[in-house]
Amino acid sequence: MVTSTLFALAETKHTEPLNQSAGILDFSWLIALIPIVSFFVIVFFGRRLRNKGAEIGIAAVLLSLLLSIPVFFKTISNINADSHYAGFERSLRWMNFGDGKSLELGVKVDGLTAVMLLVVCFVSLMVHIYSTAYMKGEVRFTFFYAALSLFTGSMLNLVLANNLLQMLVGWEGVGVCSYFLIGHYWEDRENSNAAIKAFLTTRIGDVGFMFGIFVLYFAAGSFNIGVISEAVEAGAISKGILTAGAVLLFCGAIGKSAQVPLHVWLPDAMAGPTPVSALIHAATMVVAGVYLVARMYAVFHSSIAALNEVAIIGAITMLIAALLALVQDDIKRVLAYSTISQLAYMIAALGVGGYTAGVFHIWTHAWFKALLFLGAGSIIHAVHSNNMSDMGGLKEKMPITYRTYLIGCIALAGFFPLAGFWSKDEILVAAYSAGRDGNSVAMFVFVTAMVTAFLTACYVARMLALTFFGPPKYDINKVHPHESPPAMTVPLILLAILAIAGGWVGLPGELNLFGRWVHFGDAHEAFSWGLAIASTLVAGAGFATGWMIFRHGKTRVDLAGGRFGYLYRLLQNKYYLDDIYMGGIVRPIRDQLSRFAYWTNQRIIDPIVNVAGASMVGLGNKTYRHVDQPVIDGFVNGAARFTGLIGATVKFWQTGNVQLYAGLLFAGIGLFVATFLFAR
Amino acid sequence: MPVQWLLLLSAFLFSVGIYGVLARRNAVIVLMSIEVMLNAVNLNLVAFNAMLKDAAVVGQIFALFVITIAAAELGVGLAIVILIYRNRTTVSIDEVSLMKW
Repeated sequence: MVTSTLFALAETKHTEPLNQSAGILDFSWLIALIPIVSFFVIVFFGRRLRNKGAEIGIAAVLLSLLLSIPVFFKTISNINADSHYAGFERSLRWMNFGDGKSLELGVKVDGLTAVMLLVVCFVSLMVHIYSTAYMKGEVRFTFFYAALSLFTGSMLNLVLANNLLQMLVGWEGVGVCSYFLIGHYWEDRENSNAAIKAFLTTRIGDVGFMFGIFVLYFAAGSFNIGVISEAVEAGAISKGILTAGAVLLFCGAIGKSAQVPLHVWLPDAMAGPTPVSALIHAATMVVAGVYLVARMYAVFHSSIAALNEVAIIGAITMLIAALLALVQDDIKRVLAYSTISQLAYMIAALGVGGYTAGVFHIWTHAWFKALLFLGAGSIIHAVHSNNMSDMGGLKEKMPITYRTYLIGCIALAGFFPLAGFWSKDEILVAAYSAGRDGNSVAMFVFVTAMVTAFLTACYVARMLALTFFGPPKYDINKVHPHESPPAMTVPLILLAILAIAGGWVGLPGELNLFGRWVHFGDAHEAFSWGLAIASTLVAGAGFATGWMIFRHGKTRVDLAGGRFGYLYRLLQNKYYLDDIYMGGIVRPIRDQLSRFAYWTNQRIIDPIVNVAGASMVGLGNKTYRHVDQPVIDGFVNGAARFTGLIGATVKFWQTGNVQLYAGLLFAGIGLFVATFLFAR
Repeated sequence: MPVQWLLLLSAFLFSVGIYGVLARRNAVIVLMSIEVMLNAVNLNLVAFNAMLKDAAVVGQIFALFVITIAAAELGVGLAIVILIYRNRTTVSIDEVSLMKW
């Protein structure tokens, strides 16, 4: 077997002996490799194929999905056999740098990874299929699919990585792909700006992430996640360093998962094609930050300060983003802010110790958010506008989209028994029980989460009302909305099923499978009827409020003039954060600082370089004329001429007359004999 | 017989050979002169062997080797001479001075 020979070179830690085959898990590295290979195949051969490369992308992701399903079940069975199963880990030595240290290239598959693999592969497959219809005839279709493949592959690499450095590779791969895809229609200046903004903003967080990796490396002596976690649990690293490492790592998560104050890139990322938004916001990219916190939870868990920071950032973000979602007109921006808000839910859950709850929310959120984005894409496809002020009354025109979208919306709002309910409830329980035990930060999280649940239901109701109900606001004569083709509706239906049933793996009590798959420390059960009812009531109230206000299709114009107009304008301008960033950071750097840098460059650095260059040229000329030509060339030429001269003289001795040679020979012998006889 | 006589004869033969090699133009004569010189050497070897009464007869054995090599050398030499004659219809040594600059 190829794999076993490949891994025969490998070294393992924490796992069973090498020669012992782990069945399908031995092939788990292929899951990430297939889409990456597919990227190259599509780039080089995609254009010549009949479907312009789409078939390769779909086949690759399908293969990855088909591989991750058995990997998932194998991992589950391992967990069922041993509830403290540390996960399957295999690695190759990638690079040695002496002193027993090396970089690894490896996979680590535990419950968390297995769950993420399923989410990423499935959502990516849905997006791939959906895009065949949505992107039909668009520019750079082939490259779009290539980038989707690389995106998926990078995310899978990030998920599978057994060490932080490899994770960083996937992390940056995801970043660069998001840049490609957000700026897919780069002919439009605004789109390419959005791509640059997304890339640079997340980059700011990445710097922190990188330094976090360095801190942990120097503290634990390894990039390996398992080794670091063990070192942390053994108490080998001091609290201060741990907190620093965790906070720095969390900077990366803030950037990638769009938490306050680096959330500004995500709404602008809506400039990309809608399927990309679905991929970025449901399964890849943004959940990478949450995944990072979950993956390095041992580090976070052992530092109260870091955990509290995580929880507070999460709490602030969920509220701020949910408020912003209330006032957007662009349907995709509503979903974007909703994503930020839901990510903050996950982050906050992790921050209050609700490890399972946070990861469970990744799982459920992936289904309904992918569904909502793809549904929004379907609507946009029909009315050719992103704005809800151009929609309305689509309920009859697009029955499948309407029904699936409705399911996604109530799952997002967290109504029983859809997916969002179960995970939201777990988060609330985690926050409440931690708060009741005296953790005031957790109590703060609990209160904000409740308010956010209200707001979520409210903006969901608004979105539904403005999109599907009321009178049509599009130009009836020009736009004729119709249901989308099957390539778009089938993914919607599949995702809708998961948005309903996806939460049922995390039912409370004995049926809480998810808690068994993914847990930190001992799995614990928690469910509270009181909280479940309370959160449902809150969500219901929110939904009713949103519905009452917006059911007649009121739009922003009515609200801006009202009593709370100033509040509305504050939200409309996104708390002026973008303006602060522009005026406070981007402009000073771009205008003043860059002008100063240009002046320095022209007046100081360039002259120095020019003088240095000119003097070097002069020196070179002098060297050529006075050293190279007369001395070195003279020496070489002289040697040749000298040899020629000797040859010209000596050649005459070679007469060709044998007898002359013989005579000289005898004369020589005579000379020797004479010397021998007389000279002693 | 005193060894000096034999050595004198040998020296005489060698001188004849040198003369032949250096002075004659005919290649065949030159080859013959070389043979004469080799035989002068052989005579020397045998004479010294007799004088020293060497039980191992090294001198005589060495003379036998010289004779063998002389035969081989003459064979090769005559073959060359024949070829030169075929190509240039002459065996005069000063007319075959090809190997010069």
